[in-house]
Amino acid sequence: MTAAFDFDSLVTHGADGVRRFEAAIDGMTCAACIGEIETGLADLPGLSHARVNYANRRLVLEWRDESFDLPQAFERLRRMGYTLHPFELAETEREETETARWLLRCLAIAGFAAMNVMLLSVGVWAGLDIDPATRDLFHGVSALIALPAAAFAGQPFFRSAFAALGAGRLNMDVPISLGVLLALGMSVYETLTHAEHAYFDSATMLLSFLLLGRFLDHAMRRKTRAVAANLAALRAPLACRLSADGAETLTPLAKIMPGDMVLVRPGERLPIDGVIATGASRLDESLITGETRRRAVAPGAQVYAGGMNYDGALTIRVEAANGATLLDDIERLLEKATSARSRYVRLADRVSRLYAPMVHLAALSTALFWLWRGASLHDALITAICVLIITCPCALALAAPAVQVVASGALFRAGVLLNSADAIERLADADMIVFDKTGTLTAPEPRVANAGEIDARVMDLAARLARGGSHPLARAVAQERPRAAALESREEHGLGVAAMVDGLEARLGSPRFCGLEQEAASLAALDPDVSLVAFRHGDATALFQVRQALRSDAVETVAALKARGYAIEILSGDRVEAVEKIAAALGVDQWSGALKPADKVARLDALRAEGRKALMVGDGLNDAPALASAYVSISPIDATQITQAAADAVFLGERLAPVATTLDLARKARALMRENLALSVIYNVFAVPLAMAGWLTPLIAAAAMSGSSILVTLNALRGGGRTSGVEEEAPPLHLSPASQGREQIAAFDEARDPVGRLEAAE
Amino acid sequence: MTVLLFLIPLALLLGLGALAAFMWSLKSGQFDDLDGAAHRVLMDDDVEKKK
Repeated sequence: MTAAFDFDSLVTHGADGVRRFEAAIDGMTCAACIGEIETGLADLPGLSHARVNYANRRLVLEWRDESFDLPQAFERLRRMGYTLHPFELAETEREETETARWLLRCLAIAGFAAMNVMLLSVGVWAGLDIDPATRDLFHGVSALIALPAAAFAGQPFFRSAFAALGAGRLNMDVPISLGVLLALGMSVYETLTHAEHAYFDSATMLLSFLLLGRFLDHAMRRKTRAVAANLAALRAPLACRLSADGAETLTPLAKIMPGDMVLVRPGERLPIDGVIATGASRLDESLITGETRRRAVAPGAQVYAGGMNYDGALTIRVEAANGATLLDDIERLLEKATSARSRYVRLADRVSRLYAPMVHLAALSTALFWLWRGASLHDALITAICVLIITCPCALALAAPAVQVVASGALFRAGVLLNSADAIERLADADMIVFDKTGTLTAPEPRVANAGEIDARVMDLAARLARGGSHPLARAVAQERPRAAALESREEHGLGVAAMVDGLEARLGSPRFCGLEQEAASLAALDPDVSLVAFRHGDATALFQVRQALRSDAVETVAALKARGYAIEILSGDRVEAVEKIAAALGVDQWSGALKPADKVARLDALRAEGRKALMVGDGLNDAPALASAYVSISPIDATQITQAAADAVFLGERLAPVATTLDLARKARALMRENLALSVIYNVFAVPLAMAGWLTPLIAAAAMSGSSILVTLNALRGGGRTSGVEEEAPPLHLSPASQGREQIAAFDEARDPVGRLEAAE
Repeated sequence: MTVLLFLIPLALLLGLGALAAFMWSLKSGQFDDLDGAAHRVLMDDDVEKKK
């Protein structure tokens, strides 16, 4: 590619003249790469700082000197085998990092306080003959540590509790905050009145346990976000901008303004929405509408980001969508679906709605009971507060998040990234699955359907030739032999690729280019869906039928899901005949085609009205509203950005199996959450009567609380194991064409299973 | 028991020292890349410089 890259737009300028540039690195496979990259860049003139972040595969470059040349750094890394994908740090990710640091700081302080207060408390408990003055001293020192620590480290809970109370709701943080504050308040009072028991240790220990759970939950989600952001950067939101004098610059999408002219070559995806200024071509807009037949476009036509340009170079004037275009339609639907999405109440919150009033009632009745029995007001109140302290839902608050952390870790390893926090619970509830067809059940790129009938030598040669072509159909042919080396070839635009082989010219391209028009016409008459690529080398000729193929494991996955008892349905925007074939190949009875985005939403609403909880799996722009209005949704990583944002989870890789894995893991996680909640209820059943009877001592409180928390966490760890039956694969962290190629080589041999092909339908 | 008047502040000071060290390392970005740090310790970059 000849276009220069517009780097300046991505460099951030620091306060003291420091320039900073951050990029995702593709091709980093092992820890040794850290040193290789950093030392490789170290001697570049002007560069003051180069640091690789291995955890999220990113590189930060810093310099002040004007002499530093950023493209040179790119070039050097490229020669070393790494590709940099610059991106702008999203505001949300920056905030997440800040929150994580804040939580860690809170955790450190709570941990410090808990350990030191425990040190003093153990002294009080162990020294049975401790004299009251020393005990008061210990309690006093504990108060000095615990009060400021709780004021700082308790903030995450206090804030959330206040927000919930302000909105007239109850969440788990309300009883937590109440328990901590009451425990501290009562302990201060007891210390001042020289009493025997103080609960400073319980309050600080509670805070540190809960903060640990919250921090881990947050860290897991942040890790998933970082990978998703990297993948977005690797999928290169770059556009080739044409300036007035015809110069081409590669520019990040965010910097493209309405009115700019953008060049799209054949074989590239359209990066933006706009109107065609010059050029004519055919576009594969299956990612947008689900329609697999290509649309011919001419100057003046409205085009959308995500379309694949097939035949000719296009210049597009960038325009924000206006009026009654498809995109506006989708955005309107999406807005409606997102706002109408019934707010799912999480399992833990449902429990806490029941739990909080019950606990407060128990405390109240305890106080009244002891007053009735003739106890002093002070003793009755102390006993009631003890009930609140022991019921402070430490185990309950950890029960769900601990499972959440472990389950999202397991999902991450299976190649599924979660977008929303409550997705796991909703996935576990799903009882039917609605698939989109194009790009979801079928592979995002078309494949050669009749590869088996073609002579292997012809295939080899054709694939080598196809390497030199940029046309999407040529790429499909090249896919058949992923390891083939490219030939020295020349590309004739709109016709095909040609090269000299053994003294004879070999050609790959349109049937006319190879003189196979008659054969092509007869084949095309049989099946209008197929695209033909012709090949000629002397007398050896071949016609490759290129078409949408099913994902390599679509048949097995759909069968496996059926076997698990899920109802399957296909909703597609493609033509009815095309959907029918796929449905037959997969053995799905419920299907409908030629659906508009609104029709899909209507169908999902109807399912909801029937009481079904549908999991929607889709990738197209036209699926976005359906994904947002479904009970829960997943999209593949090749989906358009709007679609990914609307889905609850995103799965990586070419295979469909992660959908089944996700459902299995989610069900397992939900079972564990329920077990954990049951465990913490059992704990309360034992501990509350003790507190009501007035037998609670700080030692018992500390032991019971930490014991139940540890039990619940250990139980949650069982969710990390492998699920049986479904094969897991490591998430491919890089999706650039180069590494995708490598990945496909690995997946290729198994992918050749003829059952996985669409021709099964014929 | 007067020894306690000396020992308790000492214990607290030690704890506070550790807390301060943690806060400092958090602030200076040492917790940003835990995976990388685990590998960096094994690198011989300082050895090569001496050659």
